[in-house]
Amino acid sequence: MSTTVDYLLHLADNAVVLGQRDAEWCGHGPILEEDLALANVSLDLIGQARLLYQRAAALKGGGATEDSLAYFRDAADFRNYTLLELPHHGPLVGYAAADRDYATTIVRNFLYSALMVHVWDALTKSADSELAAIAAKSLKEATYHLHHSRDWLVRLGDGTEESHARAQAAVDHLIPYTEEFWTVSPAETAAVETGVGVDVRTLRAAWDALVNDALAEATLSRPEVRGYVTQGKVGLHSEHLSFLLAEMQSLARAYPNGSW
Amino acid sequence: MDTTPDALRQRVLAALDSLTDPEIPVVTLRELGILRDVRTTPEGLEVVITPTYSGCPAMGQIEDDVKATLAGLGIEARVVTQLSPAWTTDWMSDEAKEKLRVYGIAPPHATPAPEVSVVRFMRRPQAELVACPKCGSTHTVLSSQFGSTACKALYKCLDCQEPFDYFKPY
Repeated sequence: MSTTVDYLLHLADNAVVLGQRDAEWCGHGPILEEDLALANVSLDLIGQARLLYQRAAALKGGGATEDSLAYFRDAADFRNYTLLELPHHGPLVGYAAADRDYATTIVRNFLYSALMVHVWDALTKSADSELAAIAAKSLKEATYHLHHSRDWLVRLGDGTEESHARAQAAVDHLIPYTEEFWTVSPAETAAVETGVGVDVRTLRAAWDALVNDALAEATLSRPEVRGYVTQGKVGLHSEHLSFLLAEMQSLARAYPNGSW
Repeated sequence: MDTTPDALRQRVLAALDSLTDPEIPVVTLRELGILRDVRTTPEGLEVVITPTYSGCPAMGQIEDDVKATLAGLGIEARVVTQLSPAWTTDWMSDEAKEKLRVYGIAPPHATPAPEVSVVRFMRRPQAELVACPKCGSTHTVLSSQFGSTACKALYKCLDCQEPFDYFKPY
């Protein structure tokens, strides 16, 4: 049972962390329509996270709830991809600050939703019937997230000189983090063995085709990837996750069990 | 009063039939397919609802509305949330779709038939041909894939200039 819980937490943490990141645009979107779009994408992701945490809590028992899993675990316990916790801008040195960059947001959402449409599609056949039901819903939502981010990827890449340069920089910055998708974690291996999870490596060709097709239409090039492969899904995170969680969890920790 | 389980069930169904969607008050929960069933079990009555979008903030309100209605009747019943089969806009009745249109929201088209996933996700998404709920023209254009709620996209009519919501197929 605990292998299923670990796998559910990986899926839930992905959704909640990206949901939190995308929500940072709420009230700050580049245009009103995109402000609304990102808030809606965020709501879908947080909704998916809730369903997954509820399922994990039910299997875990011992008084666990969706809130205890989302708000009372620390960064090292989170199992999300490192890609999803990065801020909305390129790499910076030391304490340098930067404005949010919409190209980074769009490219990240695209790379993730291009994976998740395939993951959710496969998980509709999960041996855990509750996860299969969540996957069937999430697939519908991820498909809209893919359409939205792909559309903007093409607009930015095949847009002005400035938007092209920023989209290309975001692709160059983020693609290396997607290597983590294909490095299978112990939790994933265990979930594949029980039929609960999907072996992500079997989805790679389909993801590659989708990404290459969109990048080509966006007149963007795909960088060669080598070097360090991030390991957020085994709990080894970048420095950014703790800051994200500090903000996300502060209210729940200041007022435990609070309600209104 | 008839207190057989079936009579009770009918009373509950009739009472819940008056409940409308909190954000689209012209259609009922039953017409939208959110209210799935009222069933009698050995433990008592169960009202089965299914969420629309995973993060739809109206779901909490809907559950509260159902509970308040049952409490008003003095009937003990559990509200059960059931995920499978996943809610789909295909469950909306034709009457409900017409009510949406009159209200100013273009009703959802049928969801596309399932295809091999690789093909489905690879295909470039095409904006759908959506008829303006005001003048009926299909000379319309997508302005944004997400509108005031996750379930709607924003369109604009190029003939009568009306900006409108399109309830997306889900």
